[in-house]
Amino acid sequence: MLTRRSLLASGAAIGAGASLVDAPGAYAATPPGIVVMAKQIDDIISFDPGEAYEFSDNEVDGNCYRKLIVPDPTNGTKIAGDLAEKWEISEDGTNFTFHLRKGVRFESGKAVTAADAEFSLHRVVLMNKTPGFIITQFGFNPDNVQKLIRATDEQTLQMELPSPQAPSFVLYCLSANVGCVVDKATAMAHASNGDFGNGWLKTHTAGAGSFRLTSWQASDHVIVDANPHASVHPGVKRIVLQHVKDPAEQLLLLQKGGVDIARDLLADQLKSIAHNPEFRIESAGQGTSMYIAMNQSMAELAKPEVHQAIKWAINYDAIAKNITPMTWTVQQSFLPRGLPGALSEQPFTQDLGKARTLMAQAGLPNGFNVTMDFISAPPYDQIAQAVQADLGKIGIKVQLLPGEQKQVITKTRARTHQLAMLVWGTDYFDPNSNAQAFCADPDDSDTSKLKILAWRSHFQNKELTQEVEQAAKEVNAAKRIALYQTMQKQFWDVAPFAMMLQKDEVATLRKNITGLRLGPMPDYTKYSAIRKV
Amino acid sequence: MGRLRQITGTAASVPVTLFGLILVTFLIGRVMPIDPVIAIVGDHAPPDVVARVRTELGLDRPLIVQFGIYVARLLHGNLGNSVMTTHPVTQDIATYFPATFELATTAIILALVIGIPLGVIAAARQGSRFDHAVRVVSLAGQSIPVFVLGLIFLLIFYVKLGIAPGTGQVDVVYDGMVNRITGMLVVDAAIEGQWDVFWNALGHLVLPAIILAYFSLAYITRMTRAFMLDALAGEYIVTARAKGLSGTAILWRHAFGNIAVPLITVIALAYAGLLEGAVLTETVFSWPGIGLYLTVSLLNADMNAVLGATMVIGFVYVGLNLLADIAYRVLDPRVR
Repeated sequence: MLTRRSLLASGAAIGAGASLVDAPGAYAATPPGIVVMAKQIDDIISFDPGEAYEFSDNEVDGNCYRKLIVPDPTNGTKIAGDLAEKWEISEDGTNFTFHLRKGVRFESGKAVTAADAEFSLHRVVLMNKTPGFIITQFGFNPDNVQKLIRATDEQTLQMELPSPQAPSFVLYCLSANVGCVVDKATAMAHASNGDFGNGWLKTHTAGAGSFRLTSWQASDHVIVDANPHASVHPGVKRIVLQHVKDPAEQLLLLQKGGVDIARDLLADQLKSIAHNPEFRIESAGQGTSMYIAMNQSMAELAKPEVHQAIKWAINYDAIAKNITPMTWTVQQSFLPRGLPGALSEQPFTQDLGKARTLMAQAGLPNGFNVTMDFISAPPYDQIAQAVQADLGKIGIKVQLLPGEQKQVITKTRARTHQLAMLVWGTDYFDPNSNAQAFCADPDDSDTSKLKILAWRSHFQNKELTQEVEQAAKEVNAAKRIALYQTMQKQFWDVAPFAMMLQKDEVATLRKNITGLRLGPMPDYTKYSAIRKV
Repeated sequence: MGRLRQITGTAASVPVTLFGLILVTFLIGRVMPIDPVIAIVGDHAPPDVVARVRTELGLDRPLIVQFGIYVARLLHGNLGNSVMTTHPVTQDIATYFPATFELATTAIILALVIGIPLGVIAAARQGSRFDHAVRVVSLAGQSIPVFVLGLIFLLIFYVKLGIAPGTGQVDVVYDGMVNRITGMLVVDAAIEGQWDVFWNALGHLVLPAIILAYFSLAYITRMTRAFMLDALAGEYIVTARAKGLSGTAILWRHAFGNIAVPLITVIALAYAGLLEGAVLTETVFSWPGIGLYLTVSLLNADMNAVLGATMVIGFVYVGLNLLADIAYRVLDPRVR
């Protein structure tokens, strides 16, 4: 048997090199008090909450900043106070008053005040970066925001909406990452050219969360250290997010003790260690959906019977069971499970007879040829092949077009795809986000101001578009939920989208690690309770 | 005077080569099927934000104007900012290039120390078992893709035997412990006397350096052997033998001395190839060098970074070629 000693003694060609790696500390396990997490973090663009809009930067922000309000950790369909201990809403749904807790401190040691909350929301509107629309959609703009959002005293923030909106809609939007409260003094101390500190906050944090950003090297690592002024003191002094692109490498590092947590293992890898007592697998449903978009500019795909035939031809259960166990589960509504109003029933199962009948009714009994763009990475490649096989059974001959994620997105934004298998993460924890994305297309022209998913596939349904607008303004919470549930059922009947799967965020932890709380949105994933024993 | 004119002529071709490189890379960047604005604002950005950023980047202007602006900025040493890191690309290159330099230089030293003697001895013993073995090893080194070799080495030495550290330049617990002086972690750790970090970083350097060295060693060995065979067949070698010189003196002083000049070109090309060809090795080993920077930038459609990294690699390649060319002209009396 070849051992380390015998190999070193053998004088093999690599002997010199091997002896070098025998030096002390060459492959030490992670030290006490520090948790190392392997994760794909090459999506990070900025940590400024007014700009950050990717999964990884939002997750870090969620641990370095606090918001006025958050979804209740025990029941996501309810709102709980975070920096705000209470709030009042006027009956017409236009005035919101938040009362902030006393004694909360930023990482700088400065107390959190309503002026900081005011500044944070102002800068979101004034900078108008990618996530800015989450706040500006209520009618705030650079001209009116300073008048409509104001701190009336140290602990009170007054927010007046230009027009009535559903209160839950407004509150959930404030609970998005863009609602993080930034330390005004610190941000402005680093401001340049009127950027409200954006340049500095891209790579630093100024929040009141349990951690503060210590170091970031793009596509390499993020280090967050315990915030000494945090109200909730974290269980470890440092978390290191190490960029490891390849899930197989993440598994290897986890098994060798090089990392404590692996965040992106694939189904096969999870299965391989599911019964190993050295590891524990934890998961939580995410607001990310996988779906097939059918571009209505293609004559065959514009036929309603064809939409239905495709929905009835796919074997959802087989895909979830065989390709994505533990990582994606079947969800056929445009609202992911866990979001307020989401329907969990699954109306479509594979019924090839019904699908063929629908194809015949569409005047296409022999099927047709079509292309399908998809992201060329696991598990999308395997799922695309399964869909290709399923649709082939009803005569639809699918030519698969793999591409990098941004390439596929570029193509669908240009509306040049035919079929496209895509993923979509909800922007904020309110049903309006996905309802608007999938259902609303008030203007199908190239100059439209709303170019989300319905627009990208030329899906223009007046009824659904109106209902999206109506639900966003519905003040009665129960009525609002009922509206979204009606829309989901209509969507099954008329929309050229086959909703297939919902992502489960999965983390694999070594047995000595506890307390990682995975959330339905990236910024709701919390590190503060992580312990290493 | 003639030699100076030749060297000047060679140097004059460099700007033309670099301009061609910039033009081709720029055009490839612009015809890529990825909207660079998406890389900055993400998929969810509303149309007004997308339009504003497109204007800010100048992507709404004619291609020729975009290229003119890019070249003008380049002449002022401004490669733009990277979307991925948010830093100026020049700063990123200064950060990442030393890691590649460290890896490639270690590899070329290993390749030279092992490859040249192997080639010389194989030529001296042409047709022997040793010669056959060297040829097989060299052929394998040139035939097996470096990423395959990298994965195999990781599997054997890291996974199975556990005698080598995993990927990266250093274990994550040592990150940030050494102040940046040269940018080469092993060197910086030694300068600062951080010996734990030094040994750890050196351990991380071994596998990728061996793999890259093997890749170059194969080329250098084969070329050395071929040059030596040619030299050993020369009449001056027969004369040297007739004079009764020792085998060693004939081999190293007379034959090897005559192949030193063409070998410089081979070594320069191999070194340039290492600096450029480390892309795959750096990706497999998550080595934070210019190759990994280029790969990640490309996947993120970060065009300023891609153009900047390509420029640097191209510049290094052209620069080393030029140096080899000059050395050739200076050292070889036949081309004077």
